[in-house]
Amino acid sequence: MGIWVSFFAVIALVVIPLVGAQGAGQYLFGIVIPYLAVLTFIIGFIYRVVQWAKTPVPFKIPTTGGQMKSFSWIKPNPIDNPSSTGGVIARMALEVFAFRSLFRNTRIELRDGPKLDYGSNKWLWVAALAFHYAFLVVFIRHFRLFMEPVPFFVGALESVDGFVEIGLPRLMISGVVLLLAALYLFLRRVAVPQLRYISLAADYFPLFLIIGLATSGILMRYFIRVDITSVKELVIGLVSFHPAIPKGIGVIFYIHLFLLSVLITYFPFSKLMHAGGVFFSPTRNMPNDNRARRHINPWNYPVKVHSYAEYEDDFREKMIEVGLPVEKE
Amino acid sequence: MAKVAPPEELAKVDHTPPKKGWMDMPVELKEGRWCYGSKPKDHEVTGLPNPRAWSPGDEDWKLPENWQEIFLEGMRERLDKFRSFRLFMDICVRCGACADKCHFFIGSGDPKNMPVLRAELLRSVYRGEFTTAGKVLGKLAGGRKLTYDVFKELFYYFFQCTECRRCSLYCPYGIDTAEITIIGRELLNLLGCNIDWIAGPVANCYRTGNHLGIQPHAYHSMIEFFCEEIEEITGILPEPSLNRKGAEILFITPSGDIFADPGTFTAMGYIMLFHYLEGLGLDITWSTYASEGGNFGSFTSHEMMKRLNSKMYAEAKRLGVKYIIGGECGHMWRVCNQYMDTMTGPADFLEVPKSPITGTVFENAKSHKMLHICEFTADLIKHGKLNLDPSRNDQYKVTFHDSCNPSRGMGFLDEPRYIINNVCNSFFDMPINTIREQTFCCGGGSGLNTDEIMDLRMRGGLPRANAVKYVHEKHGVNLLSCICAIDRATLPPMMEYWVPDVEVSGVHELVANALILEGETKRTMNLRAEEFPWVEEEEVEEAAAEVILEAADEGVEEAAEEVADEEAAGEAEGEE
Repeated sequence: MGIWVSFFAVIALVVIPLVGAQGAGQYLFGIVIPYLAVLTFIIGFIYRVVQWAKTPVPFKIPTTGGQMKSFSWIKPNPIDNPSSTGGVIARMALEVFAFRSLFRNTRIELRDGPKLDYGSNKWLWVAALAFHYAFLVVFIRHFRLFMEPVPFFVGALESVDGFVEIGLPRLMISGVVLLLAALYLFLRRVAVPQLRYISLAADYFPLFLIIGLATSGILMRYFIRVDITSVKELVIGLVSFHPAIPKGIGVIFYIHLFLLSVLITYFPFSKLMHAGGVFFSPTRNMPNDNRARRHINPWNYPVKVHSYAEYEDDFREKMIEVGLPVEKE
Repeated sequence: MAKVAPPEELAKVDHTPPKKGWMDMPVELKEGRWCYGSKPKDHEVTGLPNPRAWSPGDEDWKLPENWQEIFLEGMRERLDKFRSFRLFMDICVRCGACADKCHFFIGSGDPKNMPVLRAELLRSVYRGEFTTAGKVLGKLAGGRKLTYDVFKELFYYFFQCTECRRCSLYCPYGIDTAEITIIGRELLNLLGCNIDWIAGPVANCYRTGNHLGIQPHAYHSMIEFFCEEIEEITGILPEPSLNRKGAEILFITPSGDIFADPGTFTAMGYIMLFHYLEGLGLDITWSTYASEGGNFGSFTSHEMMKRLNSKMYAEAKRLGVKYIIGGECGHMWRVCNQYMDTMTGPADFLEVPKSPITGTVFENAKSHKMLHICEFTADLIKHGKLNLDPSRNDQYKVTFHDSCNPSRGMGFLDEPRYIINNVCNSFFDMPINTIREQTFCCGGGSGLNTDEIMDLRMRGGLPRANAVKYVHEKHGVNLLSCICAIDRATLPPMMEYWVPDVEVSGVHELVANALILEGETKRTMNLRAEEFPWVEEEEVEEAAAEVILEAADEGVEEAAEEVADEEAAGEAEGEE
C-alpha cells in the first residue's frame, strides 16, 4: 500500500504544477512556494536539531567497534573505539563521509547442516555512497544558477563530472548516477522480501520524489530544453530577494522546482533528518573513556538503596555464627 | 518447560516474512518464547509497581485502569531525558542493514525480531501518539495507537532482545536497539510487567546482596567448600577473607559463579590466584553485602540499575579499601564501564588502581577506580609474576566467546586472549564475523537465561553454536571459554544441544589450572576434579619402566611382551 500511495502522491505533485504553473500561477510556483519551502526547511531543521541538542545525554554509551585503549602493549583501535576527542572526530568523519558502519555489512546464509555463512554485502554501501555523493555534486553544480560570477569550483567540478564528453549539452555523470542509485534503493526495497516488509510509505515517498526531481532535471537539460538564462534570472532574483518571473520558462522547470520545494518542506518532518541526526548519535560521537573521565548526568537523582546497616540487621546472627565480622555486636 | 524440537528441525528457519503487513499481524505469544510474569512478592521487596499474580499467557494482564496514560507519560518523560531515545525514534531510515544481524532473527525467522522492526514496534507508537503526521495520517505515516494488543506485542518482543548491541554496530547512524529495549522495558515496568527471571534476582539482590539470594552465612560456607576442593586438588588450603575492613582491594564477582558449575571453577580460580598472590603482597577481601557483580536491575530500569549498583562503592567505602577488582561478567562490565561512575560516583574516597605486585598504575580506570580481573591478571603475566604450566590445560583445545557487553560496550577483546594464550597451548579463534566486536550473543543475555524459553534460547544460540561447531570440526576445539557468568550458565545447555562434546569454562579456571602454587602437591586433576587424561598413561609408563628393569635383570623375553600388552591396554583405555 505504501508504495502506491507514495507513487500517486508524487504523480499528483507533478500534475499540480503542470496544470497550475501558467500565467499568474507562475508566481505561486516560482516565488511563493519556493520561499515558503526554504523557510520551512530552515526553521524545521533548526527546530529538530535544537530539540535533540537540548535533550540531555545521561550516559556515555559508545558502541565499541574494536579493542579499547588499555595497556601500552595491547594495540588499541583508536577510531572504532576512540578514547579521545581526536578519535571521535575520526570516527564521525568516517561515518559521515564514508559510511563506515554500512561498510561492515554482511549477509547471512543459512544452509543445511545447519551451516551459517557470512558473505560480504557491500551493495547497499556502494549505492548509498553513490546516491549521496551524486546528490552533493548535482547540488553544487546548481550553484551556477544562483551565483554570479560562477565560482571556480563549480566549473572545475563540471569538467570532472562531464569527463565522458558525450552529447550536447555535455552529459553530466552525477545526474545519471543519482537517478540510478535512487532507482536501486527503490528496487531493493521492492525485491528483498524483508525490506519490503519493513518499508513504509515514508520510505518510498522521498525516493519517488528524488527520482522525479532527477528525472525532471535530466529531461530539462537534455530533452525538453528551457531557456537557461531566464532560469538563472529567476533564481538570482529569488536569492537576492528581488523575485521576478521572466517570460518563457517551460513548465518542466516549474515541475522541477515544485518537487524540490516539496522535498525540502518534507525534510524536517521525516526520516531525511538522519542527515542532521547522525551527528548526535551517542553511540558514535562519544569516546569510550568512561573509566578515566567521569561523565555527568544532569538529571542524576538519589535513589532508595538497601544499606549495609539494614543488611546486617537482617542477617547479624547468622553472620556472627560463621565468624563474619559485624559492625554492631 | 516447553519442549524443544530436535536441532535438525529447529534449524529449518524460514526468513521470508508473511504476506500481510506487520501492523496487521495480531500478536501471537508463542509457547517457549515468552517468560513467566514477575511475582507480586518480588515487586513488594523493591517497590515495583502493580504487584499481582499474572501471566503473559493470560488474556487479562491486570493493568491499572489508566495504563495508557502511565505508559505514554513515561514515554514523554524519557523522550525528554534521553537524547538516544528521541534520536533513535526519529532518524531510522529502515535501510535494513541490521535485519540479519540479530541472533534471534537468524534463529527464529520471526520478522519482528529484525532489530529495525523491534524498534518500529515502539517507534510506531511514538509516531502515532506524539507526532502530528502520525496522529493525522495514522498507518500511512507509520503510526499506531497504543492498544492492549500493541502493549502485549511490546512486552513479547522486548523480552526477545538480549540487548547485545550487535545491530548497533552495523547501523549507519548507530541506532542501538539495546537502548530502545532498555527504555521499552522501563516503560513495561511502569505497569508492573516484568519477567520472573529478572524481578526475582532483583529482589534477591536488593535484600541479600546477590541475585541468587545467597545469605551471608551460606556465601561463607560456599567459599569454604571451594577452599576444601582446592585443598583436595593442590594440597593447599587457601584462606580468603570476607567483609574484612582495611583490606587494600575489594573483589566483587557475579554470584552465579559461586552457585553453579562451571562458574564455580572460575570462582575457585580466583581464590587460587589470590592465594598465590598473597605471598607477593596482595591484600584482598570478598564481600557478602556486595556479593553480586551482575546487575539485573539494568534489565529493569535505569533507576533499579543504580539501586543495586550503589552497593559496590558503598561497600568499598565501608571497608576502607583503595579500589575494586571486578570478576568475569558481561553485563556487569557494561554497567561498570558505561554507567557506574556516572550514576554512583564520584568515587573520590578510592585511589587510582595500582597493582601491588607489578606497580602498574591503571590510568584507564583512574576515575572509576575499578579493574577487570582480566586486566589485573594480564598485567601480572606480562610482568612474569605468575609461575605457569600451560601443559596442564593440554586436554583442552580452546576457543573464546567474546561476550556482547565487554565487546561492544567496552572493547575488551585482547586482554582475555592474551591470558588464554599464556595458560593454554592450543587456542583457536572462531571465524571473524562471529567474534570480537562482531560477536554473537549466547542467546540468553539481559535476563533471558530462563528455562521456559529454551526454544528461543536455542534459536538465538544458533549463530554462536554454529561458529563453535566450525572450530570444533576443523581444529577439534573442545572448550569454549568466556568471561561472563551468564554465558557460563547459558552456553553449556546450548553446546549440549548444538555441539555436544564442547565444554564451557571461564578464563580464570584455565589460569588456575596452569598456576603453580608454592608447595602444592603434584597435580593429577584439573579444577573440575577430573583426572588429567595423561595421568593414567604416565602411571602405565612408570609401571612399564619397572617391568622393563625387572626384565633386563632377569633377561626374560616374555616380560617384554607383557610390557607391550600392558601398554596396548593402557592406550585403549586412554582412548575410551
